[in-house]
Amino acid sequence: MENPTLLIICIIFWLAAWFTNTRLAKMSPKSTTLATLINLTIPVLFGAALLALWEGITRGFGVPTVLLPPPSMIWERITNSGSILWADFRQTYLKAVIAGYAMGCGLGFLVAILVDRSPFWKAGIMPVGNLVSALPIIGIAPIMVMWFGFDWQSKAAVVVVMTFFPMLVNTVAGLNVAGHMERDLMHTYASSKWQMLFKLRLPAAMPFIFNALKINSTLALIGAIVAEFFGTPVVGMGFRISAEIGRLNVDMVWATIFVAALAGSISYGLIALLERSITFWHPSNRGR
Amino acid sequence: MIKDRALPVLTVVALIIAIWYAGAALLNLQFEYDQAERIGKQVSLSEALPKTMAQERPVLPAPHQVAVEIWQTTAEKSITSKRSLVYHAWITLSATMLGFVFGTVLGIILAVGIIHSRVLDKSLMPWIITSQTIPILAIAPMIIVVLNSIGITGLVPKATISTYLSFFPVAVGMVKGLGSPDAINMDLMRTFNASRAQVFWKLRWPTAVPYLFTSMKIAIAASLVGAIVGELPTGAVAGLGARLLAGSYYGQTVQIWSALIVAAILAGSLVAIVGLVGAWLNRRMGMREA
Repeated sequence: MENPTLLIICIIFWLAAWFTNTRLAKMSPKSTTLATLINLTIPVLFGAALLALWEGITRGFGVPTVLLPPPSMIWERITNSGSILWADFRQTYLKAVIAGYAMGCGLGFLVAILVDRSPFWKAGIMPVGNLVSALPIIGIAPIMVMWFGFDWQSKAAVVVVMTFFPMLVNTVAGLNVAGHMERDLMHTYASSKWQMLFKLRLPAAMPFIFNALKINSTLALIGAIVAEFFGTPVVGMGFRISAEIGRLNVDMVWATIFVAALAGSISYGLIALLERSITFWHPSNRGR
Repeated sequence: MIKDRALPVLTVVALIIAIWYAGAALLNLQFEYDQAERIGKQVSLSEALPKTMAQERPVLPAPHQVAVEIWQTTAEKSITSKRSLVYHAWITLSATMLGFVFGTVLGIILAVGIIHSRVLDKSLMPWIITSQTIPILAIAPMIIVVLNSIGITGLVPKATISTYLSFFPVAVGMVKGLGSPDAINMDLMRTFNASRAQVFWKLRWPTAVPYLFTSMKIAIAASLVGAIVGELPTGAVAGLGARLLAGSYYGQTVQIWSALIVAAILAGSLVAIVGLVGAWLNRRMGMREA
């Protein structure tokens, strides 16, 4: 026991948070704003309690920082090495992830539109695409590093391949959901194939497309980071993780993971916001 | 029926193989020209083309080269040999399965807790959804190295990563599945004066089984990815991930591709097995195929 008082304080905080949460969860307020507030408070309090417990246990029992650094130490590292983290973020996220994500999703979308014109190709590509989506595509990383070199281009290539298939499969599936009634209506308007596509089938496919965009936003970050384990210039989030692990600077690794988690959640949130404004008509977004 | 489905799929597969061959010829041609130039000789396209299919370290190996390599390293080597892909695949598979079983059990327990407790539901669920947006795989090397440094080596660290990756889909799917019984059925159970445990075993669990298998398909694929990535930082000792890393260190492209294809076959069969068991169970439980 190195710091028993801190441990006890943290445990008390955790118990208090737990007790408050139990009380809060049982309340059923009349006003909706209060209900939203409670629904927001509970997970935040839970997260804070978890952080406090983490801090208390690591500091209280004197857990070696190599094993698990306390959150305060990680936060200190984040604030102290902002420039390194920013450079890594720029290399991995702003260059590799965004370029690869845009190309992979765009390509998947275009191929889906092309394939959609022919039932034969659709029947052929869907099973293959579904199969490939389940494969460990991340394994092509060493090949891409060989082909496109150490810089961000090879990481973007991995991201392109990883994001292509989910987008393809989801878009093709989405283009089929427009109902017969609506199609017949468009038919009576004498709409052309393209009008049918842009005014009916693409809007109807949007929930599926956004689903793919969401899946891909996480996949893209994973792809770029893991591809950097196979060879990279001396900058980048994957490089930072594998290099600092070698020197047992675990707090720096946690700092990088924090940045990755932040980037992942923010991009997911942005896509979800965009989805809500575009697919405002969808049942899951109505009546809120 | 089968003809309608098989023909398009076979066409696509044939097309992929054709593109692969064309790509191999195109990408490897430059090397043949460079070789010829070095010894001061001119080669025609028709002379260079066959050679592109049989290079030692091609930029892109031709499909038959990979097939031969896989045959040699699986069927013609004894299974215990370190050069056997069966040996490496087994190492990866055992970590995958261990992690998958742990992850599934953990996910189900968590889902049962969330379904039965409002506090858990409100405090855990937002975090579980947020955690889906985080590139968890980035933690893999740290888990391996940290567990190694306290003396835990071998299967367990890799299985830990697989557990981590596979329990999220199961937890999310099972929360949905266990909450899916219709209000009308729940009311019926109430009129029977059923206890919580009875509602769980006789209504919630059976309705959740299809959800369980759908999430298990995702989970087992994620679990395999976790095991492969988990083999990277330990310095290429054994397993499919290690074969990938060793191949990339020494420029052995044929080795990389064969490890990749074996990993793909493994993933495909694992997902297929889970799917088949799920379909069989659904039929036994009297459910129609959707």
